[in-house]
Amino acid sequence: MTPLAARQALDSYFLEARCKILEVAAVLDRIDRGRDAAALAEDSRMKQLRQALEILHDESGGRAERIQRVFSLEYEPAWERPEPR
Amino acid sequence: MYYIDPHIHMISRVTDDYQRMAQCGCVALSEPAFWAGFDRGSAEGFRDYFRHLTEVEPKRAAQFHIRHYSWLCINAKEAENVKLSREVIAIIPEYLNKPNVLGIGEIGLNKNTRNEAIIFQEHVDLATKTNELMLIHTPHLEDKYKGTRMIIDMLKGDRRVNPERVLIDHVEEHTVRLALDNGFWCGMTLYPITKCTVERAVDILEMVGTDKIMANSAGDWGKSNPLAVPELIQEMKRRGHAESEIRKVVFDNPLSFFRQSARWQEWHEEAVKPRTTIPKSSAEGRKVKVTR
Repeated sequence: MTPLAARQALDSYFLEARCKILEVAAVLDRIDRGRDAAALAEDSRMKQLRQALEILHDESGGRAERIQRVFSLEYEPAWERPEPR
Repeated sequence: MYYIDPHIHMISRVTDDYQRMAQCGCVALSEPAFWAGFDRGSAEGFRDYFRHLTEVEPKRAAQFHIRHYSWLCINAKEAENVKLSREVIAIIPEYLNKPNVLGIGEIGLNKNTRNEAIIFQEHVDLATKTNELMLIHTPHLEDKYKGTRMIIDMLKGDRRVNPERVLIDHVEEHTVRLALDNGFWCGMTLYPITKCTVERAVDILEMVGTDKIMANSAGDWGKSNPLAVPELIQEMKRRGHAESEIRKVVFDNPLSFFRQSARWQEWHEEAVKPRTTIPKSSAEGRKVKVTR
């Protein structure tokens, strides 16, 4: 399946991207306007949000997948598997 | 375009949803067994539920010429109760020979606990003994990556499991390749906020191709759209993808997977013909006489 040419993708999705970025900005502003916002600086979710925003700046690709991993629990390879019966 | 919704919980939807789905081209759907909105107290509650899935919903669907298929299990959320789960697994064989049953599902993990993993394995034991297809629920949000890897560990660690007969559902960007690279079928769930948007689903298709992958609405108790698959069709058209590729994802792939079921009854040919020709107008070719 051939993806859209870059310019076509930008033309088609610019307004949606603008809308979604504004929504994120509005959520962050909402948090900042709330009482005791400073106390949230070390909240793990705020750290995840900041990490995700940094990935958005990174132009090396695969942003969606990398952001998914930021919001994911780590896999533990040594977890105890049940035995088939 | 005809389509199949391979994962939707019609028990939680009104009859009007069947009508709208039919009007948008749905010819078949499959409904996995899932959580009732509360934790059931007994195996008898599941007996009633399995009866609903195998008797009531097929009749409701048939009013709109939609073929209804179902899957049977105790879902991952209620699997935390191991005693109840084993009682439910013991009654599943009573319903496996109902004509619309495709296999065991949607089994999986919810919070990736030890009890959930034990009951998942016991469902796999049943499915391999009775040669059933399996439909797998992967956890949501932060639990998805870890849970998907745990599920694949268990499936790959069991020599009786044939990946061609397993559908790993609710895949997203960080789990789709885990499923496909290990030989499984996979499904993308088009559900607001907590799962995948239509746009991201098409992005995933563009990255991994259209082999062994399908899409579903997972319409259920939460805010969800039973017409999500037609929206995916529109998004694929918006990006200029070939009709054949679209049909492959929304029709051919689910049908190919379902056809592996031991109880599969082949459809009448008319129902599976692609709707690619526009019927000729009865007026075509006739001269129209205008009188003043």
